[in-house]
Amino acid sequence: MLTIHDKKVQELEERSTEIRRDLIKMLTNAGSGHSAGPLDLTEIFVSLYFHVMNHKPKQPKWKHRDRLYLSCGHVCPIQYTVMAHAGYFPKKELMTLRKLGSRLQGHPEYGALPGLENTSGPLGNGSSQACGSAYSLRMDGSRSHVYCVMSDGELQEGITWESAMFAGKYRLNNMTWIIDRNNIQIDGNTEDIMPEEPLRDKFEAFNFHVMEVDGHNIRDLVDAIGQGHAVTEKPTVIIAHTIPGKGVPFMEYDFRWHGAPPGKLETETSPKKDKQMQVALNELRTLGGKIESEHE
Amino acid sequence: MAKAKTISAHLSPATYRENIKKVPTRNGYGDGVVEAGEKNEKIVVLCCDLTESTRNKKFKETFPDRFIQMGIAEQSLAGIAGGLALEGKIPFISSYAAFSPGRNWEQIRLVACIQNQNIKIIGAHAGVSVGPDGATHQMLEDIAITRVLPNMTVLAPSDYLETKRAVLAAAELKGPVYIRFARSASPTFTTAKTPFKIGRAEILKDGSDVAIIGCGPLVHEALMAAKLLKEKGVDAMVVNSHTIKPLDHKTIAAVAKKCGAVVTVEEAQCTGGLGGAVAESLAKNQPTPMRFIGVHDQFGTSGTPDELIKEFELDRTAIAKAALEVIELK
Ligand SMILES: Cc1ncc(C[n+]2csc(CCOP(=O)(O)OP(=O)(O)O)c2C)c(N)n1
Ligand SMILES: [Mg+2]
Repeated sequence: MLTIHDKKVQELEERSTEIRRDLIKMLTNAGSGHSAGPLDLTEIFVSLYFHVMNHKPKQPKWKHRDRLYLSCGHVCPIQYTVMAHAGYFPKKELMTLRKLGSRLQGHPEYGALPGLENTSGPLGNGSSQACGSAYSLRMDGSRSHVYCVMSDGELQEGITWESAMFAGKYRLNNMTWIIDRNNIQIDGNTEDIMPEEPLRDKFEAFNFHVMEVDGHNIRDLVDAIGQGHAVTEKPTVIIAHTIPGKGVPFMEYDFRWHGAPPGKLETETSPKKDKQMQVALNELRTLGGKIESEHE
Repeated sequence: MAKAKTISAHLSPATYRENIKKVPTRNGYGDGVVEAGEKNEKIVVLCCDLTESTRNKKFKETFPDRFIQMGIAEQSLAGIAGGLALEGKIPFISSYAAFSPGRNWEQIRLVACIQNQNIKIIGAHAGVSVGPDGATHQMLEDIAITRVLPNMTVLAPSDYLETKRAVLAAAELKGPVYIRFARSASPTFTTAKTPFKIGRAEILKDGSDVAIIGCGPLVHEALMAAKLLKEKGVDAMVVNSHTIKPLDHKTIAAVAKKCGAVVTVEEAQCTGGLGGAVAESLAKNQPTPMRFIGVHDQFGTSGTPDELIKEFELDRTAIAKAALEVIELK
């Protein structure tokens, strides 16, 4: 059974702040890339890599590892940062993001960096590969669990629902999808661009076990994942409600930060471009800015 | 065999200057589609959550009722365009080339090509010059997968102005058309006086030692390569083959005959690309030694556009080198 102690929760929250710091520096240095999704996925990736998943950073191909499929490749900066903190590669390599010759490609590439399960960037293609992986692991009698992190705009791709049907049919109970429900995509808010609600009902209709959590609450995330493990007759989907740009006040809730790093976009509420990294680091919101906090 | 034309087309006086104005070709689409929309109210634009970067914002603001936001769903982008076209609309469907015509190729094959419908496929972010986004977003196979489709017209315009003219011409042409363009800024070297007609390759600079046949923004690199070659005493011809399909077989055979050596230049896979098209044509009409500048059976990678153009040997130096090599084979 997956459980988490208060002390660990607090440790992971502190870790999340450190990781957001590195993420902000990394994105600013890269000069292009995505901010909103990576920032709001911090607690999810930290929970997966530092508590939930069975994995060995020094042995990325370890047979019994849990698999993490990333479907929305544009959020890779958070995966890279968390992987560096977990010991997959040196942290200083974070500064090579998106540069010629780097293992940290603008969209993650299978084979380029050990520990990545798949290549992604073209939206929608992670969930189906996660299904294939889960199906294969079950054929082999493996006890590894498959996680798939997806974004919400991405759900508009038809293939998402083709693979959801597959997962339901084959009762892929060794698989958990985690959806970053931040309500934004490039052109605006998801409900304006292509409404997705009622999202819970959709997944229930596709025979998933559905849970909704505050995606910034590490305890709730871990508990939901653990509960999903206990469901034997269905695949699980966790709709993680998040605040886009979480942690950087001038980015929060603003869809325009989907695809801009600090220093490349000025909005009504943002500092001047050249000050953005410093302001983001100084004002980085930690526990107090969460939807709910247990440690105030 | 037709006699080669000897007059070079009119080009901007700034063509060979380092400070030439640079504008992304995608802006030519953005301006062109608004002008086309003013001329023909049947034109509608469909967009997959990329309004700004595919330069559809102006159309959306000018004709809000004729702009359709599809969400992130390229297959339905093509499918729904099919129904719109069958009812007499002229849909311009736009996304990044990797996803349209990449992801939705089969829908395009069916609704646009087998049904021969009036659908214009607008592929942004083609080529390695997309830059830091990396391999997944740098579409290199689009020319190959569209030119193989019966009924399809395939265009790769070379600068801002030509893209605008290509969009206007595509709007007038009945049938499916694919237009590819680039993300980063490139020199605007054609003018309103430069001839442009779908299906016709234009000789931009006359020459007699080697014919450099290009498409897309790299045509400007080809002109710069010709300048480098001139310093070496080589008289290179530069041809803009913005239309890859239907290829201008006549002009291409004529320039090959005149020069006796050909280099093709494109920011795409040579296999199946412009290089492939020219090789097929010359093998039949005018067998000629060739060299291919383009991407050779590889995917792209992250980097700045300029770095990648050098890394993949698509720049003027690489073009000039290929020209010298192929001349040796004459
Ligand atoms: C198949 C495909 N179509 C379009 C894109 C371009 N694109 C990249 S991210 C994005 C918006 C994604 O929204 P969402 O999935 O909610 O991610 P978030 O903005 O929340 O990070 C789009 C349209 C893509 N990468 N892949
Ligand atoms: Mg989103």
